[in-house]
Amino acid sequence: MKKWVAAAAFVTSSIFATAMAGAATLDTVKQKGQIVCGHGQGLAGFGMPDAQGVWKGLDTDVCRALASAIFNDPSKVKIVSLTSKDRFTALQSGEIDVLSRNTTWTLSREASLGLEFAAVNYYDGQGFMVRKSLNLKSAKDLAGASVCVQQGTTTELNMADFFRANKMELKSVTFATNDETTKAYETGRCDALTTDASGLYSERLRLAKPDDHVVLPEIISKEPLGPSVRKGDDQWLDIVKWSYFAMLTAEELGVTQANVDQMLKSENPEIKRLLGTEGKFGESLGLTNDWAYRIIKHVGNYGESFERNVGPNSPLKIERGLNALWNKGGLQYAPPIR
Amino acid sequence: MANNGHPILTQTVDEDGRIVQPFVRTENLQALPPPSSLVGPVAWMREHLFGSVFNTSATILIVLALLWIVPPFVDYVLIDAVFIGKDREACIFNEAHPIVGACWAFIGSRFSYFVYGSYPIAERWRVDLFFVILSISIIWMMRLSLPRRGLGAIFSFIIAPVVSFILLSGSETLGLPVVTTNLWGGLMVTVVVSSVGIVFSLPIGILLALGRRSKMPAAQAFCVAFIEFVRGVPLITVLFMASVMLPLFVPREFEPDKLLRALIGVAMFASAYMAEVVRAGLQALPKGQYEGAMALGLSYSQMMRFIILPQALKVTIPNIVSTTIGLFKDTTLVVIVGIFDFLRTIETARIDPIWSAPTISSTGYVFAAFFYFIFCFAMSTYARRVEERLAVADKR
Repeated sequence: MKKWVAAAAFVTSSIFATAMAGAATLDTVKQKGQIVCGHGQGLAGFGMPDAQGVWKGLDTDVCRALASAIFNDPSKVKIVSLTSKDRFTALQSGEIDVLSRNTTWTLSREASLGLEFAAVNYYDGQGFMVRKSLNLKSAKDLAGASVCVQQGTTTELNMADFFRANKMELKSVTFATNDETTKAYETGRCDALTTDASGLYSERLRLAKPDDHVVLPEIISKEPLGPSVRKGDDQWLDIVKWSYFAMLTAEELGVTQANVDQMLKSENPEIKRLLGTEGKFGESLGLTNDWAYRIIKHVGNYGESFERNVGPNSPLKIERGLNALWNKGGLQYAPPIR
Repeated sequence: MANNGHPILTQTVDEDGRIVQPFVRTENLQALPPPSSLVGPVAWMREHLFGSVFNTSATILIVLALLWIVPPFVDYVLIDAVFIGKDREACIFNEAHPIVGACWAFIGSRFSYFVYGSYPIAERWRVDLFFVILSISIIWMMRLSLPRRGLGAIFSFIIAPVVSFILLSGSETLGLPVVTTNLWGGLMVTVVVSSVGIVFSLPIGILLALGRRSKMPAAQAFCVAFIEFVRGVPLITVLFMASVMLPLFVPREFEPDKLLRALIGVAMFASAYMAEVVRAGLQALPKGQYEGAMALGLSYSQMMRFIILPQALKVTIPNIVSTTIGLFKDTTLVVIVGIFDFLRTIETARIDPIWSAPTISSTGYVFAAFFYFIFCFAMSTYARRVEERLAVADKR
């Protein structure tokens, strides 16, 4: 069944790849006057509507950055909410211009679904949460512990692999939904709860006493999440990729939403190239030379976006961890703009 | 019997000529009250609640169940509930309030999101106006005492839908900014989807039912095929096909709007079910009704309009209403196409970390349950009234 779906998707995507090749995405976006951005159905910190119904989150900021670079207006984004089933079709059919919906970058998706990942805006991975009173320091101490997990997910398989690889005994207790799993953990059915680390932080907030629980440092699987675009339009891929890199570079160089105007006068050649006061890097992408300035002015650098949506200034309070810049012990690394 | 208020008495005379008035009772004695074992709340309870062993045990079980369910529910909904608060701090468990029930403060702070979804704040008056127009049409149609009901029908079925459509989606020529349907959400989407489904399903369903019983082979084949095909596929599949497959086959420019796709799917679906409900009513009528109408020389459309449909629809009212209520609840399935209906907005808001607290999810679902119950109960109450009114004819 799965093969058939993949085959059908491949055939249709190749038809559409040829059909779409004529129209450059950037031109259609400019013509429409807005970017159509595929999102999930609401995930705390990554993309969900606030009390006024305005979408906010780390994934939303990727789209707002694109809109800022192209239109100098972060509000020119049309968010289309997609389920995990129809997200790839929406991209293939041209319904959306960019998919920014905590989607894991895998080989099979890139090779057979007609899409291309532009960057990784969040390195996620599976983690464990335990009660503080257990005094555990590492996931390796979980031998013999019972773990609550959601049924039929890759999470369940990853955990089995991890326990087997470390020759530990595993007692997994499975539940159909996320809510049930958390509830069972809270009522003491199991010693630990496992899901993606970003999810663990938001689940923790829903417990009666969040401070009695701690997320263990081990991450046992790789879940690189990032924006993706249709195959076959390299210019558009470059724009998405470099808009994100611009946010990273700005953080690395200390350019923030607040000081970006003063930074225009900076003598630092790297900052000059970033903000477009030197060179014609924006034009070579098909944008204006102040593209990165617009992104930083309207959305901020990556660190600001992270802090605002998922980091210390948000209720989720996720630590930078793997998502710190490369020179601060993380994995976020942008190639040089030159 | 009475004459000037005085009872006439027959007079008899004894041997001495004196008038003797025999004792004739003119008024009934006041009836004695029934024995106390047969009246009053105690007797009522004895008869209705504890009449037999089975009855008694059923009563006891139900009372126990109520005692078990109701007090914790009241505690949760009212007594332990939090009504005021700005964020999750108000609803988390701490020393000040170790037990927290429903967090109504959360519903309060997100209420406008539940009603309007992501509809731009500056344009929300248009949604309010839409609700007003809708209420006017409903009341005008449902209250028989209101004047000019013919005009009301034109207003409700022609003017109101067109005006609502322009209001909600906007029109540049009229100076109303266009609001694309991806911004629609919450209660307004639920109301739009279900009212479109209801308004379209009844007329289309009647046509399909008549077509299915028609003698014209082409019309009959089409109606049978349509009804059986739509009924043979789950709604969720229709919506899923419309959202996932359709975009791959239709050129980008001609692709219908996401909400429109869902609306067409829902309307088609409801029509097929309605057709079968109406057909049941048509078949319930005795053949004599058809033959009598034809013997009177009525044409097909006259026969249907004056004789058959009024009777057929009357007997099917309970089924039409239950189909309608089912449709109203089925609208939650539009989530599958990524449309934020009322339930979906609650589900989205409940995962917001600003409000994450232990009872947020249950509060959201209790609120949704209240909402759906009120709407469905109102519909079934109205239908019962209509049935009572129409049943007057049968009682004569």
